[in-house]
Amino acid sequence: MITIIDYGRGNLFSLRQALLSVGAEVTMATEPDDVTKADRILLPGVGAFGDAVREFKERGFEEPILDAVKKGTPILGICVGMQMLATWGEEFGRHKGLDVIPGTVRRIPEGVERIPNVGWRTVTPGLAADAIGLDDPDAYFYFVHSFALVPESKSNIAGTISFNNTDVVVSVSKDNVAGVQFHPEKSGETGLRLLRRFVTKT
Amino acid sequence: MMPVRVISRLDIKGPNVIKGIHLEGLRVVGNPGQMAHEYYKGTADEIVYMDVVASLYGRNSILNVVEEAAQEIFVPLSVGGGIRTEADIVTALRSGADKVAINTLATERPEFLREASRSFGSQCIVLSIEAKRRGPNQWEVLTNNGREKTGRDVLDWVREAEDLGAGEVLLTSVDCEGTKKGFDIELVGAVRDAVSIPVIASGGAGKPGDVIDLITATGCEAVCCASIFHYGICSVVELKKMLSEAGIPVRQ
Repeated sequence: MITIIDYGRGNLFSLRQALLSVGAEVTMATEPDDVTKADRILLPGVGAFGDAVREFKERGFEEPILDAVKKGTPILGICVGMQMLATWGEEFGRHKGLDVIPGTVRRIPEGVERIPNVGWRTVTPGLAADAIGLDDPDAYFYFVHSFALVPESKSNIAGTISFNNTDVVVSVSKDNVAGVQFHPEKSGETGLRLLRRFVTKT
Repeated sequence: MMPVRVISRLDIKGPNVIKGIHLEGLRVVGNPGQMAHEYYKGTADEIVYMDVVASLYGRNSILNVVEEAAQEIFVPLSVGGGIRTEADIVTALRSGADKVAINTLATERPEFLREASRSFGSQCIVLSIEAKRRGPNQWEVLTNNGREKTGRDVLDWVREAEDLGAGEVLLTSVDCEGTKKGFDIELVGAVRDAVSIPVIASGGAGKPGDVIDLITATGCEAVCCASIFHYGICSVVELKKMLSEAGIPVRQ
């Protein structure tokens, strides 16, 4: 059973459909208790970092998610859902994150390529790539973002893209917690494969 | 370099995909579900649904179409036509849309772009522009499928909309739309120069060469095609293959 945390941010319909299509059973967590009971957690999110974290905390999800991190429950953050796992976020001011993956969410580098980064890109596997199954450097994933999580430790980097000639981290992993900046639920068959792996991983 | 996005556009009227010329003279070309699924399987990078009669709700409405599509299509879906309020956006997102394209309402009340991008994020808010050429390097913003004039200059409008928070521009040339005679390259180039958000060029592709010409001339990051796919001139796969052979990166 996959528990999607519904804190009012994120396109949950698409995510739910994508999980159903790979054969997962899905439940939506609207109360903190739902998270405490979960055995596999998806943390979605779109919009701005500060707003998302505030909403998440106000609805009482911080404590149960941190408990789940400690308990070893598999957790996958998507887009802003991943960014919230960082220590800090620098979108519209400096905001405290959940501090699960030490690092800071920063604006991606300026240059010829336009921000937001909208479109499909291949992901270069990092040191932690195995944890998330980012094993195909030719597989395309769909991105739409202006910020990215810069982890303190290289060992937490699961994948990067080259953006304006800089390596930008787009996937992180630490123990039972992983995150992707791209949208696997919107990345065609390659995205579904990644979700299937999260759903069935033992 | 990021692959150019090849987007398939489905103009919807009731239960059907329709296609017109200059956004008018509509004829039925197929079933929205079947066509979208075929384009998805053929590696279309996104699907855009435009409701030509701007009726969001009710039986056979565009949101029914999107809801059905979202169960088996896992690329970004955009919906345009008939968005009047933030509640409409919520409903569209709940039906499976990832982005909404806003035209008429934005021209009537530009502040809506700011409000909507704050509530849903800029990534969700696509400014849809119907551009009609009025002279050299001059285009007017039209609405209601090219029927209504607004008196707004396209280049001024797109700059204003970017400031207000629009995340992308879906730029349709009313002059070229449905003609299969190629894009208004000058228009796309001018709009791209005017803003720094991504621009999706729409209207005029009649053959793969038109898309190659557009991208080579403007560096545009996304192209939106309808006729070329609907009438079987080429499939998404074939178009991408030709783009790739012309040195333009695509997702294959």
